[in-house]
Amino acid sequence: MIELRDVRKSFDGEEILKGINAKFETGKVNLVIGSSGSGKSVMMKCMVGLLTPTSGNVFYDDRDFTNLEYSALREVRREIGMLFQGTALFDSLTVEENVEFTLKMFTKMTKAERRDRVNFCLEQVDMRGINDKYPAEISGGMQKRVGIARAIALDIKYLFCDEPNSGLDPVTSRLIDELLQQITEEFNITTIINTHDMKTVFDIGDDVIFIYQGNNEWSGKVKDIKSCDNEMLTNFIKASFF
Amino acid sequence: MSFFYQFGKYLLFLKGMFSKPEKLSVYLDRTITEMNNIGVGSLSIVVIIAIFQGAVTTLQIAYQLISPLIAKPVIGSIVSDSSMLELAPTITCLVLAGKVGSHIASEIGSMKVREQVDALEVMGINSSGYLALPKIVAGLIMIPMLVIVSIFLSNLGGVIAGEASGILTSEEYLQGARESFLPYNLFFALVKAVTYAFIITSVSAFQGYTTEGGALEVGASSTKAVVYSAVAILFSDYLLAQLML
Repeated sequence: MIELRDVRKSFDGEEILKGINAKFETGKVNLVIGSSGSGKSVMMKCMVGLLTPTSGNVFYDDRDFTNLEYSALREVRREIGMLFQGTALFDSLTVEENVEFTLKMFTKMTKAERRDRVNFCLEQVDMRGINDKYPAEISGGMQKRVGIARAIALDIKYLFCDEPNSGLDPVTSRLIDELLQQITEEFNITTIINTHDMKTVFDIGDDVIFIYQGNNEWSGKVKDIKSCDNEMLTNFIKASFF
Repeated sequence: MSFFYQFGKYLLFLKGMFSKPEKLSVYLDRTITEMNNIGVGSLSIVVIIAIFQGAVTTLQIAYQLISPLIAKPVIGSIVSDSSMLELAPTITCLVLAGKVGSHIASEIGSMKVREQVDALEVMGINSSGYLALPKIVAGLIMIPMLVIVSIFLSNLGGVIAGEASGILTSEEYLQGARESFLPYNLFFALVKAVTYAFIITSVSAFQGYTTEGGALEVGASSTKAVVYSAVAILFSDYLLAQLML
């Protein structure tokens, strides 16, 4: 489980996150929704340690991530997988080398063991047989899948996805959504997805947090969204569909 | 103020880079790859510049020293000393600041703007160490080697130009070079090479690493890397000459 306690973040005096409190449960697909500029990405960056909150704390299963020593922080980060909006695959490495990257850095696996693990991860995302291709040689949807394979190469506990469907066609978007749901259930991990896509929310979401102007405006179960009376959320959902 | 702020950031970048590496073997592999990129990749340009530099210097020294009172081997001694003390290390490294420096800054800068550096950090990898340290170590090994090659070829260029123009024979050139040779001059050239290598690789890596924005900013970082490296090389050139000669 990941918990945010009164997380605030300011840039040059402007407060972007205004005291976020949230809990993200293990084994569930947790969705963070909100319009562009609402603070979703800043919140995610604070959670994975790419930004330091101005105040407040982020807990990973009772470990205060915001106050850990650098070495302990790196240990927690090894339990984190992240799918970036632009995939962030390493251009100079092949698909196999990309997925193998963390295994090479952090495990004592032999080359054969690493290759098996890479193939297993690529099979999970239905991407067999492209091991020797470079990221530039495969489509955007395939890059997203390889990004997921790289994220799960180590035995992660937490998976973060920043706009996993951006730039993808509707069919590929649904495939990515299904894949993220399947991986969450299969590996019993805490998955957190930043998205604008309400179809994703209704298809695979368990719990939802709606961020509006840096505040946690609404949080609850997906099934409760349609019946909620929060005006901001209702407007956001209406704008998403029409 | 901005200079001191940037210089402070540069020092923090260097400090952050030297934390314990995740896996030494991965760093060794990357260092060898970078040695190939920096050393072998720059060899052809260094060869061309060094030969012409030696040849032109010989012709110009000869032009200035036309006198029956000056022995011809003096030309060889001046060219070989100038090559060793100044031309080979400084000119070679100014050229390398352009070639190697811009490559390092644009490579790391592109990775930065495409979130690949963030990806390394999220994985728990010390990104500055992983990206910059192998390049700096490779530069510290390969650039002095390139400078030695440059010193040798510069003298070869001098010999060829002397023979081709009929100004002095190769024997006269080598006699002058041998008589004026001081091992300390070679040591001085290597100190310069190591200093410049550190400047080129670390300043360029820092410029790349602090890139923010898009393609335009990557280009700007690349330009800054070359300009700042060149200025720092010239400044340290003066400083080293003042301290060591």
